[in-house]
Amino acid sequence: MNENDLLYARSHEWLQIVGDVGTIGITRFAVDQLTDLVYVELPPVGRALHAGDSFGVVESVKAVSDIYAPVAGEVIEANQTVVNDPSLLGTDPYEKGWLIKIRIPAGTDTSHLLSKSTYDSEVVNAH
Amino acid sequence: MDKQQSTGLLFDLSRPGRRAALLPPCDVPLTLIDDHLSPADRASGAVPLPELAEIDVVRHYINLSTQNMCIDTNFYPLGSCTMKYNPKRHERLAALPGFADLHPHQPDSSIQGMLELLYNLQGMLAEIAGLPAVSLQPAAGAHGEFTALLVAAAYFRAQGSTRKVVLVPDSAHGTNPASAALAGFEIKQVKSDPRGLVDLADLKSKLGPTTAVFMITNPNTLGLFDSQIGQIANMVHEAGALMYLDGANMNAILGRTRPGDFGVDMMHYNPHKTFSGPHGGGGPGAGPIAVRDFLAPYLPTPLVTKQGDKYALDFNRPQSIGRVRSFFGNTGVLLRAYCYIRTYGPDGLKAVAENAVLNANYLLALVKDFLPVPQGDRCMHEFVASLKDLQKERGIRTMDVAKRLLDYGYHAPTVYFPLVVAEAFMVEPTETESKETLEAFAATLRKIIDEPAELLQTAPHTTPVSRPDEVRAARQPVVCCVWEPEEETHSEPATR
Repeated sequence: MNENDLLYARSHEWLQIVGDVGTIGITRFAVDQLTDLVYVELPPVGRALHAGDSFGVVESVKAVSDIYAPVAGEVIEANQTVVNDPSLLGTDPYEKGWLIKIRIPAGTDTSHLLSKSTYDSEVVNAH
Repeated sequence: MDKQQSTGLLFDLSRPGRRAALLPPCDVPLTLIDDHLSPADRASGAVPLPELAEIDVVRHYINLSTQNMCIDTNFYPLGSCTMKYNPKRHERLAALPGFADLHPHQPDSSIQGMLELLYNLQGMLAEIAGLPAVSLQPAAGAHGEFTALLVAAAYFRAQGSTRKVVLVPDSAHGTNPASAALAGFEIKQVKSDPRGLVDLADLKSKLGPTTAVFMITNPNTLGLFDSQIGQIANMVHEAGALMYLDGANMNAILGRTRPGDFGVDMMHYNPHKTFSGPHGGGGPGAGPIAVRDFLAPYLPTPLVTKQGDKYALDFNRPQSIGRVRSFFGNTGVLLRAYCYIRTYGPDGLKAVAENAVLNANYLLALVKDFLPVPQGDRCMHEFVASLKDLQKERGIRTMDVAKRLLDYGYHAPTVYFPLVVAEAFMVEPTETESKETLEAFAATLRKIIDEPAELLQTAPHTTPVSRPDEVRAARQPVVCCVWEPEEETHSEPATR
C-alpha cells in the first residue's frame, strides 16, 4: 500500500478507499507511540459504524487505546490474523496489519481527512 | 554481597526426605487412616509439596525480600501514588489487641472504642472534604469511585431521572471510566486544553440532559490545580449533573482548600496515599467516600452513629444502596489513617500539603532544564516531564531512563501516564523526602541522560531481573506452577 495514497485521521487511523470498500488501519507513528502491542480487539462483521465511532481497541504494554472510524460504513471484514498476532502491526501496519474493511456509502465526504504530507506536518511533527 | 542463595523456586530446591522440623517419636497408638476415612474421602496420592530444611526456607524468603525496592529502602518518586513514608508507630497502634483481636460479630457494646474511633474518623474526613456524610466501607480508591457512582445512580433513580452518561477528562486515572462502566454508565471523554486543564468548550459541548456525573481529579494527574474549578462546577450543576472528585491527589490540598467548597458533590480518599496507609502488595486497602447531605440516604449500610454517649452500627437505612464490603471494611487501614490525622492535627496537615508542593516544585526546578515539563514551570504535588526530545534525538525512551534509575537505587517514576503527555515521566517526591534526597535524585537523572543510549536501552544491569518480556507475559501468561515430584520424594522422614 502506498502511504502517499492513503487518507489520515488526526486520531492516527489511515483509510484506503477502493470502489465502495474502505480499508482501515493505524499509522506507523501510532504504533511507535504505543510500543509493543499485546491485544487487538475488532468489531464483528455487519456492525454499522458512524464516522468517529470507536470500533476497536489496541492494547500495548503501556496503554489501551480506542480506534475510531474515519468515515461511516458497515464492517464487512475484520483482520483476524492481526488479532491472533498483534506484532504484525509493529512490523507491517500498512499491509498485513490492516484492521477492518467497511462498505462505504456513495458520496461519503472525506474532506475532514488529511493527506500524508499534512498528517506528517500537522500531527506527527507537532507531537 | 550475593543475595541470590536459595532464591530459586522452592519446588526446585526440594530434595526427597528433607525436613524443616523433626518430630519426636509418636507416643500414642497408631491407627490407619483407612479406618477413619473411606477411599472416596481420601486424596489419591500424597500432596506434592516441596521438601526443604528450615535454613533453606529462611534464606529463600529473606533473600527474596531484600530484592524488593520499597519506601523503607529507597526513594520512591512514583507519580500519582504518593509514596510517603509510613510511620512505624501506626503499625504498633494497629497491632494493639483492643483493635487487632476484635471479631466483627462482637456486639456493638463490646467494641465501643473501635466504633468511637471510626465515628470520629467519619467526622474528620467530612471536615477535610467539606462534605457532611462519610462512608468508610469501600475497600480501595477505585471501589470508592464505584460506590459513589452507585450512590449517584440511586439518587437519580429516586428522582425518576434516566441520566446515564459519565464524563471523564482524558488525563484521568483509568479507574474513573472503569468504575463508571462497572456501575452501568456510558462514558464520554472530555479533552484537556493546551495548558493541561479541562477544555471548557469541549466540556460544554458534552454536558446535557443525559449527563449524570462529571469526574474530575483536582489537582489533576499533570500536577496542576484546575483554576477553572468553580466555573466547571457551575456548568456541571446547571446541566443538572453531579460533580465527583477523584481524591487521589488530596495530599496537595489538605487543609488548604476543601472539595465541597469548590463545588464537588462526592469524592473518595486514598488513605494509602494521603494518610500514609501501607501501599501495595494487593493487601487490604480503604477508599472512604464523602458526599453532600442530599446523597447521604443512599450511602452503603451500615454507618457508625452516636446516640447519647453510645456508638452503634446503623443498619436502618431504607434508601441505602446496601453493603459494598463485608463487615465494616478494612478497619486496620482506617485506623492508621485516624492515627495519621490525629498525629498531625489541622495545622500539621496543612504543612503536609505545603511541603509536598514545595518538594515537587524544588525537584522540578532542579530538572526542568534537561527534562522539559510541557505544562509549565510550576506544579502542585507532582510534575510530568516529557522525554520525547530525548527519544527523537537519541532514541532513548522514557522506559530506558526509568529502568536505568533502578541501577542507581531509585524506584522508577510513573511512566507513560497520563496519556496526554508524550513519553511521560511522572514524578511525585512527597513531603517526607529531604532536600538532600531530592538533590541527589536530580543529580542522578542529569548523569543518566548523558550516558550512552545503549547503556540505557539495556538497563537495568544490577537488578536480579533485568527486562521481563512484557509482551509474552501479557499474551502467554503462565500463572500456575505445575510440579511433578520425583517418585521417591515422599519417603518416610529421615530419623536421627
